Amino acid sequence: MKRPALRIPLLPRLRTGNPQLLRGLRARLVVGFLVVAALSALTTALLTYQEARNAILQRSQDIAVNDLRAQVNSLAPELPVPPAQADLDSLRVQLERSGKSRDWDISVHYSGVRDSGDGSLRGDVVVPDDLKASVEKRHVPAFQRVDRGGDPWLLIGMPVRQSDGRASALTVYAQLPLSAEESNVEALVSAAQRGALPVLVLTVVLALLAARGVLRPVRGLRQAAGRIAEGKLDTRLEVKGADEIADLSRTFNDMAARLEESMAELRRLESNSRRFAADVSHELRTPLAAMTAVTDVLDEDADSLDPDTASAVRLISQETGKLARMVEDLMEVSRFDAGAAALHLDEVDVGETIRKTLQARAWQKRVTAQLPADVRAGLDPRRLDVVVANLVGNALHHGGEPVRVRLHAPEPGADRLLIEISDSGPGIDPEVLPHVFERFYKADSARARSEGSGLGLAIAMENVRLHGGSMRAANSPEGGAVFTVDLPLRHEEAGEPASEGSADPPDDEASTAGGPAADDERDGVRSRAGKETHA
Amino acid sequence: MPRVLLIEDDAAVRDGVSLALRRRGHEVAAAASGEEGLEVLPGFRPDIVLLDLMLPGKDGFEVCRLIRAERQLPIIMLTARGDDLDVVLGLEAGADDYIVKPARGEVLEARMRAVLRRTALPADGTPAAAEPGPAPVETYGELAIDRAGLVVGKGGQDLALAPSEMKLLLFLSATPGQVFSRQQLLEHVWEHSYHGDARLVDACVMRLRTKIEDIPRSPRYVQTVRGFGYRFGPL
Repeated sequence: MKRPALRIPLLPRLRTGNPQLLRGLRARLVVGFLVVAALSALTTALLTYQEARNAILQRSQDIAVNDLRAQVNSLAPELPVPPAQADLDSLRVQLERSGKSRDWDISVHYSGVRDSGDGSLRGDVVVPDDLKASVEKRHVPAFQRVDRGGDPWLLIGMPVRQSDGRASALTVYAQLPLSAEESNVEALVSAAQRGALPVLVLTVVLALLAARGVLRPVRGLRQAAGRIAEGKLDTRLEVKGADEIADLSRTFNDMAARLEESMAELRRLESNSRRFAADVSHELRTPLAAMTAVTDVLDEDADSLDPDTASAVRLISQETGKLARMVEDLMEVSRFDAGAAALHLDEVDVGETIRKTLQARAWQKRVTAQLPADVRAGLDPRRLDVVVANLVGNALHHGGEPVRVRLHAPEPGADRLLIEISDSGPGIDPEVLPHVFERFYKADSARARSEGSGLGLAIAMENVRLHGGSMRAANSPEGGAVFTVDLPLRHEEAGEPASEGSADPPDDEASTAGGPAADDERDGVRSRAGKETHA
Repeated sequence: MPRVLLIEDDAAVRDGVSLALRRRGHEVAAAASGEEGLEVLPGFRPDIVLLDLMLPGKDGFEVCRLIRAERQLPIIMLTARGDDLDVVLGLEAGADDYIVKPARGEVLEARMRAVLRRTALPADGTPAAAEPGPAPVETYGELAIDRAGLVVGKGGQDLALAPSEMKLLLFLSATPGQVFSRQQLLEHVWEHSYHGDARLVDACVMRLRTKIEDIPRSPRYVQTVRGFGYRFGPL
């Protein structure tokens, strides 16, 4: 059936057409109709054939037996007793002549008189013993159908009674062809055959029509269910008639409507809660902006205040800073949720970008960096900075030093860029591992209030995803946690809005692009560039 | 100490920022709306403007354009992080830099100082002013650059360049033909971190081109090297 098509959209294409055709509802309907029609035709034909054949044969037999008896009865009394061979022959000839129209073949026997050679039945038909016995011993007429050369014949044995009713020694055997009757029966069979064929053809047509009537709504249902599965929840079926399929369509429509309603409700709730988080952080930001601006003032003057007030003032200053960072992180997450996070791709030296991240936070001494030169990739350097800073910060806070940052120089032709950040701490609890990128997930309840907002890794993950990359957390066999950032290594154009039609510069320009370059190299760039722009 | 005009509608932020700047020795005039700020401007004669973008009445972009039309004094936008479109529009309106709120006093100070610094140093660290004798006026095509006097002329006419545009042009033209990545320009011209907002550079290049190039869409002076950055010339 077509059921699996919905769940596994790939499989139906993989399957070859034929098995599906055979298993299809249409084929099953056609076969079913055919079997029923053929069975009924066959049964009717068989019964009719049997009855008709028996009736036809019975009637011919009765007539033949009666005719023979009448002839024998009229001719036998003239036979002298005991008859000579010649008398018997003449009786046989007379009988045969009287039954000319029937093409009788007669043989006459009289016990005690030897049968002459030409008096026996033609075609070497031997009268079966049981027929002979029933006629000559028990003196009752008997008949039997025999097969002579493939044609049906009737064999009649008739004992002749004397006028006083006693059995005489005279017996008459006759055989006559039943070919006329047989051809009647055959006509019957061929009539049945001729009738059955169009009926079967008609059956196929009817079955196809019925299948179409059932299958069309079923196909509609399947397509509609497929659209629902694709997420088009506004899909509805047209309800026609009042049959079971119409009922099914109605139920389907109800289901789709409910589904659409619940999904809309869920979406509304979700977007409400997201908007709430965004609004709250937004509202918090203005007072925070005022407070943050004056924290310097507090810090500077704290020394001249009395110790308690000084502590209170420093606390307020510090916590204002943390609050501001948290609100920023919340805003950042809200932007990701709202799909408002923009990617500003730039072709950068990845090693340089990571080194600058470490420098900006004075981490060079605490972090071992393995950053091969000249790994260039199209990415958003600000976002890569956030990713690396969050991962290294996390490793420094929760792992153990030394922390290592390793940029894997991609193989030529590779399209992935791997950055590995590992620490030398105890590693991450395997139960916690699947949750490390969840928002506000605290691995250790004792450290419920950590340095960060609890959003650092989630934000790092979102930033990596925005690049079309992925991030993994694992424990290394040597101990310590390893975070792996996997980014697509695309070389996109710098996001420069003005286009001047200049082609991509040759690769060796990379060396002159960064930092001070030797004069001759610079001249090389100049002459090349001149051609590019003005040619 | 530089005189600062602060245009910010939220009273608490206005007071906080004013307080922080005054403590650092600046003379501060605070305006609660764009109209008020434009009114104060001629009399106060600030060295720099801190401009909030979300203002009642005339918004920050319009105020920025109105100031730019008359004066080439440094303008720094105050913006909320992630209001990406605001940043782009503000830079197009002629702002030299932006500061994300909330910001500490020292961040405000550092950014203002960077914008106010009058000369930009080329990457190799040789200050143009250190050359012996009075620096001659350099000419590149129709462009005349007077490094000492901070005057740029084209075809004999002085051009009105905003501070960031001037610094970018001076920086790039100090080593004609050398390519600088956006990140390098951010570090040297804007004194941002390496991971700063590269749109600052792009927006400034666009504005500079409309002023110095004959056909801004096919520039002669400030050229793009795709995938790497920008360079001055070669002509």
